[in-house]
Amino acid sequence: MTAYILRRCLYAIPILVGVNLITFVLFFVVNTPDDMARLALGAKRVTPDAIEKWKAEHGYDKPLLVNAQASGVAQLTDTIFFQKSARLFVFDFGNADDGRNIGYEIRTRMWPSLALALPVFVVGLAVNITFAMSLAFFRATRYDFWGVVLCVAMMSISTLFYIIGGQYLVSKVWSLVPISGFAPGADAAKFLALPVLVGVASGIGSGTRWYRTIFLEETGKDYVRTARAKGLSELDVLFGHVLKNALVPILTGAVVVIPLLFMGSLLSESFFGIPGLGSYTIDAIQAQDFAIVRAMVFLGSVLYIAGLLLTDISYTLVDPRVRFA
Amino acid sequence: MTLVPLWIDALVWLLVAVTAAYAWYARRQPHLAAPWRRVGQSGSGMAALVVLAAFAVVGLLDCVHYRPRLPAGPGGVPVYSVEVRSVLDALLAPLHARAERTYSAPLAIRAYARETVELSGGRLQRGYPRLQYAGVGRADEAARDRDVLLRSLAGAALGLVAWALAAVGWTALLARREGAGLGRMIGAIARGETAFAWRAVLLALLAIALVAGPVALLAREYHVLGTDKVGQDVLYLALKSIRTAIVIGTLTTLIMLPFAVLLGIAAGYFRGWVDDVVQYAYTTLNSIPSVLLIAAAVLMVQVYIDTHPDRFTAAVERADLRLLFLCIILGVTSWTGLARLLRGEALKLRELDYIQAAQAFGVRHGRIITRHILPNVMHIVLITVVLDFSGLVLAEAVLSYVGVGVDPSMNSFGTMINAARLEMAREPMVWWTLAAAFAFMFALVLAANLLADTVRDALDPRVRVGALAAAGGAK
Amino acid sequence: MSAPLLEAIALRTWLDGSGGVVRALDGVDFSIRRGETFAIVGESGCGKSMTALTLARLLPETARIVDGTVRLDGDDLLALPEAAMRNVRGRRIAMIFQEPATSLNPVLTVGHQIGEVLARHLGLRGAAARRRAAELLDAVGIAESGRRLGEYPFQLSGGMKQRVMIALALAGEPDLLIADEPTTALDVTIQAQVLELLRDLQRRIGMAILLITHDLGIVAQMAHRVAVMYAGTIVEVADRDAFFRASQHPYSRKLFAALPGLQSRGAELAVIPGQVPPLIGEFAGCRFVDRCEHAFDRCRVEAPGWAEIAETHRVRCHLRSRERAGALEARPGAAAAALAPPETRPALLTLRDLEVHFPIRRGLLRRTVGHVRAVDGVSLELRPGRTLALVGESGCGKTTVGKSILQLVRPTAGSVAFDGVELTRLRGEALRRRRGDFQMIFQDPYGSLNPRMRVADILSEGMHALGVHGARATADQRIGELLAQVGLDAGARDRYPHEFSGGQRQRIAIARALAVSPRLIVCDEPTSALDVSVQAQILNLLARLQRETGVAYLFITHNLAVVEYLAHEVAVMYLGRIVERGTVDEVLTGPKHPYTQALLSAVPTIEGGREKIRLQGELPSAVTPPAGCHFHPRCPRAHARCRERYPGDTHVSPTHSVRCFLYEEEDGRAT
Repeated sequence: MTAYILRRCLYAIPILVGVNLITFVLFFVVNTPDDMARLALGAKRVTPDAIEKWKAEHGYDKPLLVNAQASGVAQLTDTIFFQKSARLFVFDFGNADDGRNIGYEIRTRMWPSLALALPVFVVGLAVNITFAMSLAFFRATRYDFWGVVLCVAMMSISTLFYIIGGQYLVSKVWSLVPISGFAPGADAAKFLALPVLVGVASGIGSGTRWYRTIFLEETGKDYVRTARAKGLSELDVLFGHVLKNALVPILTGAVVVIPLLFMGSLLSESFFGIPGLGSYTIDAIQAQDFAIVRAMVFLGSVLYIAGLLLTDISYTLVDPRVRFA
Repeated sequence: MTLVPLWIDALVWLLVAVTAAYAWYARRQPHLAAPWRRVGQSGSGMAALVVLAAFAVVGLLDCVHYRPRLPAGPGGVPVYSVEVRSVLDALLAPLHARAERTYSAPLAIRAYARETVELSGGRLQRGYPRLQYAGVGRADEAARDRDVLLRSLAGAALGLVAWALAAVGWTALLARREGAGLGRMIGAIARGETAFAWRAVLLALLAIALVAGPVALLAREYHVLGTDKVGQDVLYLALKSIRTAIVIGTLTTLIMLPFAVLLGIAAGYFRGWVDDVVQYAYTTLNSIPSVLLIAAAVLMVQVYIDTHPDRFTAAVERADLRLLFLCIILGVTSWTGLARLLRGEALKLRELDYIQAAQAFGVRHGRIITRHILPNVMHIVLITVVLDFSGLVLAEAVLSYVGVGVDPSMNSFGTMINAARLEMAREPMVWWTLAAAFAFMFALVLAANLLADTVRDALDPRVRVGALAAAGGAK
Repeated sequence: MSAPLLEAIALRTWLDGSGGVVRALDGVDFSIRRGETFAIVGESGCGKSMTALTLARLLPETARIVDGTVRLDGDDLLALPEAAMRNVRGRRIAMIFQEPATSLNPVLTVGHQIGEVLARHLGLRGAAARRRAAELLDAVGIAESGRRLGEYPFQLSGGMKQRVMIALALAGEPDLLIADEPTTALDVTIQAQVLELLRDLQRRIGMAILLITHDLGIVAQMAHRVAVMYAGTIVEVADRDAFFRASQHPYSRKLFAALPGLQSRGAELAVIPGQVPPLIGEFAGCRFVDRCEHAFDRCRVEAPGWAEIAETHRVRCHLRSRERAGALEARPGAAAAALAPPETRPALLTLRDLEVHFPIRRGLLRRTVGHVRAVDGVSLELRPGRTLALVGESGCGKTTVGKSILQLVRPTAGSVAFDGVELTRLRGEALRRRRGDFQMIFQDPYGSLNPRMRVADILSEGMHALGVHGARATADQRIGELLAQVGLDAGARDRYPHEFSGGQRQRIAIARALAVSPRLIVCDEPTSALDVSVQAQILNLLARLQRETGVAYLFITHNLAVVEYLAHEVAVMYLGRIVERGTVDEVLTGPKHPYTQALLSAVPTIEGGREKIRLQGELPSAVTPPAGCHFHPRCPRAHARCRERYPGDTHVSPTHSVRCFLYEEEDGRAT
């Protein structure tokens, strides 16, 4: 098993290299630093001098891959690729266009993100599994039918409307919580209650329906018939047998997103004014700050790959067939 | 007039042609036609299809662009306007032309905000000024209410009559084909006893007629869904947004299909290094959070467009190109899900006896793939196409909100929401733009989801949900 | 006579299918006495499993019990509320199913799954439950029961899983055990173990068994009384001896006549024409009428009631009630055709030391750490126009041999010479040109035809690929000939596979292979997925085609009765190697290798009479085969030498050889 996990770790390296190359090509080859400078400077002030100055200020005044003017190792290191892309591997993200250190921002902003994303994840999982189980229990009845119809309807509503609707109802009409904002510590609860509620609600439709299919697939299997033939009640069968088997695909499917929780959610954070990585990213996109976007792309990939690793490990935990094999 | 061949329009019509060709072909193949017949038996599925068809008609009308001919210039040389219009623009021209100055509520005849108006005597007075184009000639709100009621009733009656004529005509045609009497046919449809769900189709058409009739009559005199900040009719904006939603929902899939099908099947069928390369490619692409990849790519396109303004003559063309790029980028990020499904299926199929039998005949790989594997995974491809549509429509709204979606000058639900999001905070609140975007999107996506459910159940009950949703992680 | 333990009266169970309501059970009555084994025998789709599920009220959601009574010790089970019924399930009625691999919950331990029954019905928990569970495992013959309790199903072999299922069923100390095809998924030597266990348990505990099976051999060994089911109803009930001595229903008699075996060798097997009628409506007359050769007018208009032959023997047939039994007397079968004379032409196919090893990769760098020795040195010869049967249990490598002959799996070593040409060295176009000479027929008639292709396209695929009958007109004509050859009508060419039954599909698969006029056909269990009466049709067809075209068959099978009927020579495989080969008469009537002897004695037959040799354990893994003779751990006659090296080939006659030390002395040397 250790060899297995080690091999998965090794497998992650070429993927990260691939991600890095894609971002490099996207950010520096498809569009040259000159283009970025022009965009940042705005149409009016574009002169060759200004462009050079902007590039020098932001460290883009180097050749892309090979620096012919430098000597020795510097030929390879004193380049945009090495300075901007390769450094990501050691989590050195450099500075944003406004001069602030991106690494510092990430370290401070990931906690508010997590404070929002983690409850959404945990509560959402619990709620969806509960709803899906009750639909599976009442399968092929009217409850099941209307439950699925409700799920489809809820799936058909854009997340944007969940947020806008939630803010309107809970904050504006009922005045229960502030409409947006954030405070550290225990005060965060009142700011986070609504975003968490909205996050869970917007995921119920697709989540419940998806888990319901998994449960129904399991209830059709032979071992369920065996369990019924033992004289177990339908609830015992559902909790004692079906749930345990269904958790294998459910948990392993959910585990992959756990590391990504640090990245926060773009929409909720920007609507509710939570100073997390999601709103950081969205601000960067809107300000066209490429350094931040590049850093977030790489960070997201690293976390996704970590999620894949966690998935592999979680398989060995929940499924005895993998654990003992 | 002269047609303007926009890339998107061409692709959309190509898609229509391909769909028609498939339908024509599938009708002749019993094993292809049978599952679709099951789709046809589902009431909810067919009702959803009718609603989608209504949206599609609006979208397709918006996919024929031209420059109108201007009054002939000197020497009789035809002169064409620089403005590019679509057929839908021409139909909705009155709506578009009757722009007010700023916000007005649905069916209002006065502005929404109090303004200081100069009276004839030079005196200034604060009040709600009359709208320029709404309810002209109606003295006050009471007269407006009577007029609205009258128009609604007349519209509903008009819709009902049109529907009844169409329904009876169609039923007569059906009866003729089946060789049954008209009365018996009507009875069969009314009781829902026909194999094809005609009752659901007709009911959905009735619902559409009952909505469209009154709206059509009211829209001649009023702003049915109000006006936005710059006084544009919201109904017009919503109708214009349909094209974007449909284009994103269909073209993206069309673009990603060749990649997904080719690479997925090749990986599963050949295994070995082909499999390794394909798996590496999609794991790498998958590992980049899709919203960020889309954002990065769209930013790059934006930079390109901004720095090369000379290459795009009309604003429409620029917006169109950006939409096409968005589809391509979404396609690139979303082929992985289908490719993975197809790879798994091809892995299973290649071990099946009939493929072993073909190999025992020395049938070449290309032929095995086209004759044995492709036809047996087609249902997965079709299901994915239908399933992805709703996810992509929702994704467009999110991406446009984030600012990496369509061009801000292009009508879309995303831009509508983006423009309206601050209006919730106004006092008094401006709710109708959001409500309109919500209602249109909900109807479109719900219909797509219902149809997708039907198609999935009919084509393959075992295929699981969730091949993608490009911005699924973009909550 | 005391009241029966269980009585089923006029059971009707209907299924909602896509094509309307299917009357899966349409008036089923029978009774089971205490302590007896009551067998229900019938072909697939006759409703025998549905009967079992109806008794326990475990039907799928699409099925409903329309009518009928089930009385267990006087309690009306169908009238009980669901909660009370749960006290019956597992306590008074226990069940075991066909697929032990899927019937146990994969993520719960064996001990937990048995413990559930103990807790639910006997209130046993904790140490007491654990002790009892271990006793149960002991009772079903699982060694080291304490350790096994903590294991998961995937850690057990197929036979052990079925033993665990039986332990699970016994845990509630039931009065009635319903066993639904309990050994169909198991190999014949394991089947023998499980059947013996069931018989033994019944003797000790005295519970009644409702045994559901399609295999008359199992019925002959196990049952006290037999019921024959056809198309949703029971057509004959009798004591075992009466049934096997003189079955009365025309359908029952046909079932016997369709069984292949030595006695029918060279003759046509009896077949039942037509198919089971669709169960979608009321039957006006007898449901067997369209397939019955004794049918007369009354059979079409009046459904036959029970006719009593003897006190314990009843049959639903008008022939009996009208004393027209004379018509039923067996007619002499077609005279046995003379067996083909011994073939003297040179071998068509020669395998020399064929090896197929699949690498196992493990560890950080995916290094090859071992091999699955699927085929480990197989040598065979097959002459033109002859049939060689390759016999063995699942996992012995017999299918891999077949595929490696066709180069669908490339051998890792050894030689495959076809008509003097070494196939293992051919590549690309050179191999493609040869492919018309050898073809394959597969086991699963549902997986072997592309569902998206018309029959005509399926048949012409090989002709196109190999460039035979290039012109369209001749290809069309050839398709017509092929369909006629395999007994399908010409209208079949434009239809799709799903419109055909399993037997018809297998005919199409045979026609596809014939299309390129092969000289050798590898038949991989072509009849094992088919019912007995359909199997007879396919075997007849294969025999006729061989007579007509002179094609040679390599017949891969585990069914020894089929071998007796069809083959000229036999090779017995065990764990990748051939342990014995010779002519059918030599091997099947005078088996030399202990494994062959055990295999033969394990087959349940109607006649019985063979000396029983029970093998211990199951087929070892092909990754780490036992040292020395692979068979020694299970061999009743193993001694020290067997552990040291693999025995060589010993000829006991010019055509009969065996690899076993028992015979080396006689011969004096190993070749």
